[in-house]
Amino acid sequence: MAHRIARVLSLALVAGIAGFAAGVASAAPRKDVTLGVRLEPPHLDPTAGAAAAIGEVVYANVFEGLTRIDRNGAVKPALAERWEVSPDGRTYTFFLRKGVKFHDGTDFDASDVKFTLDRARAADSVNPQKGLFAPIEAVEVVDPATVKVALKQPTGRFLFDMGWAAAVIVAPESAADNRTKPVGTGPFTLATWAKGDRIELARNPNYWGRPAALDKATFKIIGDPTAAFAALMAGDVDAFPIYPAPENVDQFKADPRFKVVVGNTEGKTILAMNNGRAPFTDIRVRRALSQAVDRKAVIDGAMYGYGAPIGSHFAPQDKGYVDLTGRYPHDPKAAQALLKEAGVAAGTRLRLVLPPPDYARRGGEIIAAQLRKVGIEAELVPMEWAQWLSEVFKNRNYDLTVISHVEPLDLDIYARESYYFDYKNPEYKALYDELAATSDEGKRIELLKKAQEKIADDAVNVFLFLLPKIGIWNAELKGLWENAPIPVNDLTEVRWGE
Amino acid sequence: MTHPADIAPRVPRPFVARALAHPSFLLGGAIALVVAAMALLSFVWTPHEAGAIEIARKLRPPSTEHWFGTDQFGRDVLSMIMRGAVTSMAVSFVAVGIGVGLGVPLGLLAAARRGVLGEAVMRANDFVFAFPALIIAIMLRDVFGPGAVNAMVAIGIFNVPVFARLAYGAALPLWTREFVMAARVAGKGGALITLEHILPNMLNLLIVQATVQLSLGILAEAALSYVGLGVQPPQPSWGRMLNEAQTLMALAPRLALIPGTAIVLTVLGLNLLGDGLRDLLDPRLARER
Repeated sequence: MAHRIARVLSLALVAGIAGFAAGVASAAPRKDVTLGVRLEPPHLDPTAGAAAAIGEVVYANVFEGLTRIDRNGAVKPALAERWEVSPDGRTYTFFLRKGVKFHDGTDFDASDVKFTLDRARAADSVNPQKGLFAPIEAVEVVDPATVKVALKQPTGRFLFDMGWAAAVIVAPESAADNRTKPVGTGPFTLATWAKGDRIELARNPNYWGRPAALDKATFKIIGDPTAAFAALMAGDVDAFPIYPAPENVDQFKADPRFKVVVGNTEGKTILAMNNGRAPFTDIRVRRALSQAVDRKAVIDGAMYGYGAPIGSHFAPQDKGYVDLTGRYPHDPKAAQALLKEAGVAAGTRLRLVLPPPDYARRGGEIIAAQLRKVGIEAELVPMEWAQWLSEVFKNRNYDLTVISHVEPLDLDIYARESYYFDYKNPEYKALYDELAATSDEGKRIELLKKAQEKIADDAVNVFLFLLPKIGIWNAELKGLWENAPIPVNDLTEVRWGE
Repeated sequence: MTHPADIAPRVPRPFVARALAHPSFLLGGAIALVVAAMALLSFVWTPHEAGAIEIARKLRPPSTEHWFGTDQFGRDVLSMIMRGAVTSMAVSFVAVGIGVGLGVPLGLLAAARRGVLGEAVMRANDFVFAFPALIIAIMLRDVFGPGAVNAMVAIGIFNVPVFARLAYGAALPLWTREFVMAARVAGKGGALITLEHILPNMLNLLIVQATVQLSLGILAEAALSYVGLGVQPPQPSWGRMLNEAQTLMALAPRLALIPGTAIVLTVLGLNLLGDGLRDLLDPRLARER
């Protein structure tokens, strides 16, 4: 017996030394990275689904647009090498890169751009951000490397809009299958997608631009904050660009193996109310809820203090922001009085639907406790992501829900004909249309302020806080974004070591 | 040596006396009583309102005001444990009720009728037995949504074949005994014999098994709530407290230790109680002592 133990021990020792030697030998920087993400995308076509989780995998990695948004929120050339804007601001001429190929080997040229833009703005389009393409009047192919886009009116943010994940360029040959087999022009191709577990990207050897430093990138879907913590600690994932459990931040900060970067997102986290359904058709009820919810308690309780309070659907770091957090100060008594006036009986039961992210699950529990204090019994209904997208987002079958809107400057959703919070206000619509048609900077900012105020005045939703981007990653990993001006995980500059 | 005990060794001591001398029965019973008392008390009094969220006082360490401290939402942990005991007990009791109510009649029926019907009933039970409570809970969640009732039914369904097998196994040999044959000769039917002779003779076994299933039910309820399939917030549950405490292990380990200890103690207590009851109630075991 002792003999056997000795043998096992010596074997282990040999293995250990061999492992150590291998470790020394492979001192060259690693060529792969594993990122942890909270939500699994429903599919991988950003031109066909509203879930930000899609763009978080494929944007800039698999698919590219005419322009792209960089880590600072600035517009950079992508598939369009450069562009010219006519003096009246209504014609954009894009000069395209030559020699670009899609992953399936087909050539990229002006006809693909025309196809993409026409497809996105067609009547039967399923694009989640049709508003981006609404200003387009006509798309004209000048030659294979030049496209002329005529706009109905000058649109200040057109170049920015063309850099969104929903505006990436797709090819007519492959567009129909992009949900499961995404074919783009980016530096990575889809290798495997093990549903419920991970998505693997491999480097595209035929990429037109600077090749990626990584050979392989894995997006590991980890829904549970405890598992996220364990995966980071064990080194199973190298980075969590948006880490779900803020209570662990101090622990990671104290650990030299990790780098903790707390930045901004554009994630306006709201308690959405179904404006088309009683009792929220009554503005007094919506205002009462705005007063019943204690934003600070939600931020402290659910986010451990991370997250700036917001008073309207607008991120504080964006130009034109007005601080409306004082519009409905926390006042349960006033809320109760308003509810009584609106005829909402004490003990009214409502369904508060909670999607999987922890800000929603935790925030929802705190909000329900606050609503109970003003006599509203909010029944918590946890839902999986796909179920939330169909039940709440698509079918509008809910009373209340907590969700973060991570798209930048998305005031247009309040002007949409049928959006899930069902806000129908002709005044706001007129205001937004005027804003969309204005390109003068000073006038725009004034209108932006008006729009924010209008949404806050109408108490469309209860505005909670700006979702922080708590990024935690291996200290050796370089090139991940500190902030998230758009919800993406751009891997083009990610690499290991000094 | 003419001690009275030696003269009449066959006369069993009274049940109460034996019970009081049985250490695991005593300990288990005491723990179960404490938990039950805590649960009952929580209906009329808890140190603080159970489950009341008060962010300003979150993560307070234990003090005279909050004996077990407060959790990440500022809820009083002791009050949560007390109310959580209600959840655990209620789910477990109803689940055992479902198991006894459906399983015992099925087992008795199979034993009384045997033949094709008996086989069919017992094989159907084997089929149900192949599904763990967790799988049943997931299926129920997809149909009815998560909740306390879901947990009760899932664990209850899991209990049915346990009791059916027990009843079947205990009833079969009884059917060959002389007193049953005598009853038959007297013209009694199967149903009446089962009620008058079979069931009373297996009551001891059922009580012991029910105690064991009760402890398993508490464990199962904690497990279901832990993965989010059991009772939903704001209703307190030990399993969910354990789940929520996980990311806080470094900040406040007591948040995991307290509900964890509550679960361990309760399960241990009920198991000891079941053990003790078996010793005390089984005449064969009692004679060996």
